[in-house]
Amino acid sequence: MSLRPDLAIIADHIGHRAHVLDVGCGDGELMAALRDNKQADARGLEIDPGNVAAAVARGLSVIQGDADRDLADYPDASFDYAILSQTLQTARAPDVVLDHLLRIGRRAFVSFPNFAHWRVRLSLLWGGRMPVTGLLPEQWYDTPNIHHVTIDDFRAFLKARGIAVEGAWFLSRGRRTTSAAANAFAEHAVFLLRRPD
Amino acid sequence: MIHDQRFGLQRHVALPGPLLLDGGGRLSPVEIAYETYGALRPDGGNAVLVCHALTGDQHVASEHPRTGKPGWWTRMVGEGKPIDPSRHFVICANVLGSCMGSSGPASADPAGTGPYAMAFPVITIRDMVRAQAMLLDHLGVGTLAAVVGGSMGGMQALSWAATFPDRVRSCVVIASTARHSAQNIAFHEVGRQAIMADPKWRGGDYYAAGDQPAAGLAVARMAAHITYLSEAGLTEKFGRRLQARPDNPTGAKSFGFDADFQVESYLRHQGIQFVDRFDANSYLYITRALDYFDLAEEHGGRLADAFRGTATRFCLVSFDTDWLYPTAESRRIVQALNAAGAAASFVELSSPYGHDAFLLDTPGLYRVVDGFLKAAA
Repeated sequence: MSLRPDLAIIADHIGHRAHVLDVGCGDGELMAALRDNKQADARGLEIDPGNVAAAVARGLSVIQGDADRDLADYPDASFDYAILSQTLQTARAPDVVLDHLLRIGRRAFVSFPNFAHWRVRLSLLWGGRMPVTGLLPEQWYDTPNIHHVTIDDFRAFLKARGIAVEGAWFLSRGRRTTSAAANAFAEHAVFLLRRPD
Repeated sequence: MIHDQRFGLQRHVALPGPLLLDGGGRLSPVEIAYETYGALRPDGGNAVLVCHALTGDQHVASEHPRTGKPGWWTRMVGEGKPIDPSRHFVICANVLGSCMGSSGPASADPAGTGPYAMAFPVITIRDMVRAQAMLLDHLGVGTLAAVVGGSMGGMQALSWAATFPDRVRSCVVIASTARHSAQNIAFHEVGRQAIMADPKWRGGDYYAAGDQPAAGLAVARMAAHITYLSEAGLTEKFGRRLQARPDNPTGAKSFGFDADFQVESYLRHQGIQFVDRFDANSYLYITRALDYFDLAEEHGGRLADAFRGTATRFCLVSFDTDWLYPTAESRRIVQALNAAGAAASFVELSSPYGHDAFLLDTPGLYRVVDGFLKAAA
């Protein structure tokens, strides 16, 4: 089974036997890959009870909870990596979630759909409608994505907070794309972050 | 091969003890009625202890000798079930203080001429667990692959993990809590007062008369039974429907105090059935043990310290309609496990059945426990 492209990038860059917290782990796809291929000690947090049941049934340690509420329970520096894939844009307070991520993990992977992709821009510019695309398939009223963010927004946020970027990967139609003009041409971004010293 | 008398259904052992109790007393001998299912692997690595709830018993997956009913957790324990005797060596023991063959107030007092009655020492959940540990020693079980329980059984499972961390690899805690709340204690106090207000209770010395405080015990059971069901479940099952009568199949108000409503009739039936199989003094002792349960208190007031450095894996399940031990209580345990860095899983499942969901047809429950136990194997 092949991983979702952003998860594959994350999985490729996590070392063997790492201690990993996957926030918004879904049914545990990435966690299972890390456990099976990297012998990682992976833990997960997931809001949907059906996903939690599926993940626990595959033998993973997953807790039903809400990134906005429950990350405060995790001790400082208790994981090598904290992962937030496709969840940042759904958080009520993404800045607080990121603070927790970098507090709990020595490093953090964050992946999110780029709201400044040209197709999104066209949709809004010419159609005058909130975009509904492959990566953003929901209508404005039922989208879980309540904090739309662009790659440049995120870079500016990291700079303002003094958060170090150790790696950045950009995806378009599931393939790696160049970081030049990523804000316009990448549908998806994956960042590897380290907390400010 | 000679059959080892320690293993099988309807087993009973009197261990010399003494068992040193949290209340300061000593218990000797320690009688334990228990059942085992399946075979202990030569490496001893497949033992699963199932802990029963307040009024439960050791007949987890076998017919109850008194009521003739099937085991109380056949959805969880049996061929093809999450706890499977073809893979696991399953142990279920009647808890200390109970009345199904383990030491309790109805047992003979070695210092006297009859049953202990109220001379039986007040016990705790941890005392129950220590007695179970003595049983495991007797059975030659060192480390448990898993300890599994719902409700009070979940409290024992937690207490096992906290008291004997090196003897528990996996711990399954369903519809349970790390402490009894004021509301939990309050409901139990109603039950105890109902028993003790029954003139037949006689300060606990009713055994010689062979006539237990059945009315009080039935009321205690009725009050407790309400806490096991959800409000929506009760409404769906009974609503305001009236009990059928010989002269009126759809029922009628009697303008008296018969069981006019179906829910009244149901509760009375629950109460009457219960007194046939349970001892009133045992009900006092076990509810007391539950009320005293506060795992954090045993560890300096910090629940996380109960699990500090543990290698045990945990799986917690709560039910959205359980108001006896609501999800918030499971979440509190999960927070402590996270703080202690323990490997923990938790899910709140949806069920219409309230607290009783852990015993009933809640498919997600069995899938979760099955996956959790298999991952450890």
